[in-house]
Amino acid sequence: MNYPSKLIEQAVLEISKLPGIGKKTALRLALHLLKQNEQTVEGLTGALSRLKKETRYCERCHNLSDGPLCTVCASPSRQENVICVVAEVPDLIAIENTGQYRGTYHVLGGILSPMHGIGPEELQVASLLERVKSAGEEMEIIFALPSTMDGDTTSFYLMKLLKPFGVNISTVARGIPIGGELEYTDEVTLGRSILARVKYDFGG
Amino acid sequence: MHLAQLHLHFFKNYERSDLEFVAGINCFVGPNGSGKTNLLDAIHYLCLTKSGFGFTDSQSIAHQSQFFTLQAEVEGNTAFSLLKCIQEQGKRKLFYQDGRLLERLGEHVGALPVVLIAPDDADMVKGPEENRRKFFDNTLCQLDPVYLKRLSRYQHLLKQRNALLKTMQAKGRFQADFLAPYDSQLIPEAIWIAEQRQQFLMDFEPLLQAQYQAITAGQEHLQLQYESQARDPEQFEKMFREAAYQDYLAKRSTVGVHKDNFHLYLDGHPIRKFGSQGQVKSAAIALKLAQFLALKARVGFPPILLLDDIFDKLDDKRIQFLLRLVAQNEFGQLFLTDARPERSKKMLASLQTSIRVFPVEKGRVLAAEDIGQVPPSE
Ligand SMILES: [Zn+2]
Repeated sequence: MNYPSKLIEQAVLEISKLPGIGKKTALRLALHLLKQNEQTVEGLTGALSRLKKETRYCERCHNLSDGPLCTVCASPSRQENVICVVAEVPDLIAIENTGQYRGTYHVLGGILSPMHGIGPEELQVASLLERVKSAGEEMEIIFALPSTMDGDTTSFYLMKLLKPFGVNISTVARGIPIGGELEYTDEVTLGRSILARVKYDFGG
Repeated sequence: MHLAQLHLHFFKNYERSDLEFVAGINCFVGPNGSGKTNLLDAIHYLCLTKSGFGFTDSQSIAHQSQFFTLQAEVEGNTAFSLLKCIQEQGKRKLFYQDGRLLERLGEHVGALPVVLIAPDDADMVKGPEENRRKFFDNTLCQLDPVYLKRLSRYQHLLKQRNALLKTMQAKGRFQADFLAPYDSQLIPEAIWIAEQRQQFLMDFEPLLQAQYQAITAGQEHLQLQYESQARDPEQFEKMFREAAYQDYLAKRSTVGVHKDNFHLYLDGHPIRKFGSQGQVKSAAIALKLAQFLALKARVGFPPILLLDDIFDKLDDKRIQFLLRLVAQNEFGQLFLTDARPERSKKMLASLQTSIRVFPVEKGRVLAAEDIGQVPPSE
């Protein structure tokens, strides 16, 4: 594609690097921004550059965070002895949106897939073990990992590491359609499956 | 079961083609490079969700396009009558049965059983072990969707384990605990797969022997021997676990059913080593015909048979044998390619079935001609 100006070309090039955005869409977005007033555009660029520069990760659970601890870990009303292990932040957000879960989280940063360069050392495993080790009370760990082959392998791996600490382990795979990613599961189903899990472990 | 119609859009060298088939024999005739074989491959794609000639999905998209679609109308005892495949460049391949998108491609495999007899079949007999494993896996996957599922699982876990071994080797540190989640899943899968392969071969070997004897008019005895590290479950688990460090050094898994061998013997001698060209060709056809019979026995109707270039590549004796089977109504719907239309017409003329000839020219299918003694509506 030929562009009438170098500046437009540059903008299109950058925008089209985003996932799911082709050159055509990028051009449409760039022209749209050009029509906005300066304040609006600076609002966007400012938010984007602060996003990368200032976003931090929770020291405890690796959730996105504004301070050293995320809002979940900082909240006094969450049960610290219950940890829900998720692959990525969107999974955590999906569970939070159910409004049914009162425990804390641990974000692994992915699932095991050595062929994509993700081995055990690339995941936040050591800090999870540290949390379990240093806990003063009996811990409950819930796996909410994708129900795929690699998700299962990740669960197997973690289970073996957690076993010696005598923790209660459960999964919320039940109720989630097979092959369905956590992120896309509707809130009602997910909420119900988390509650069902909690009742199962505490009642029985 | 037979395909009544086939529609290609941007598949290989076809921009657009719409074909109506007969339930008997369909012949694609035309010069080499015209795209006859691509039509067979389109049918193979619709049956098994992939090329039968080793092409990747993106290689099957016409160069002027970003996608291809294939569509077929199926008549007879299948759960669906309209089948559609859409492959967009760089995207997931989509299969629809009567408009319903299949969640996994594996759901479709086996629904339209197919057997391909191609010029390079001799490589299956003469070539490396991998070729025979592929042949038997292809057969077992068409017979049993659970086999397909568990084999895919095994292959995926194995790929991940091998990638992990490579990374460990690059980092210079062996860590058995990293391998553990893969090992504990791979071992039971391997044992199950070996069991299935062995069980299947018990039914398959007599079929193979009978076919070989029929082709060669009976002098020699063809035997099949299965060799697997996973035949003894306890032994296998021990062997697999003990190989971990050796695997680390080799950067790949050295124990498992991906090492299985299927040996073919002729009167006790390995055919790979000692078989003549004729014996190898006969064994190759016997394998494919036995595959055909095994599938037919399981599903209760004849699979689709694809014959690529057989009049050119097979000698008269073997061609006559195949044509006799056609005449005896052993087969269902049949598709074949030939570079010489007059030869095909002469060979097929006497058969009591519907026959339609499609002249093919540079990615275009010209007006078809019915030459059979049985009207096409039969
Ligand atoms: Zn946190």
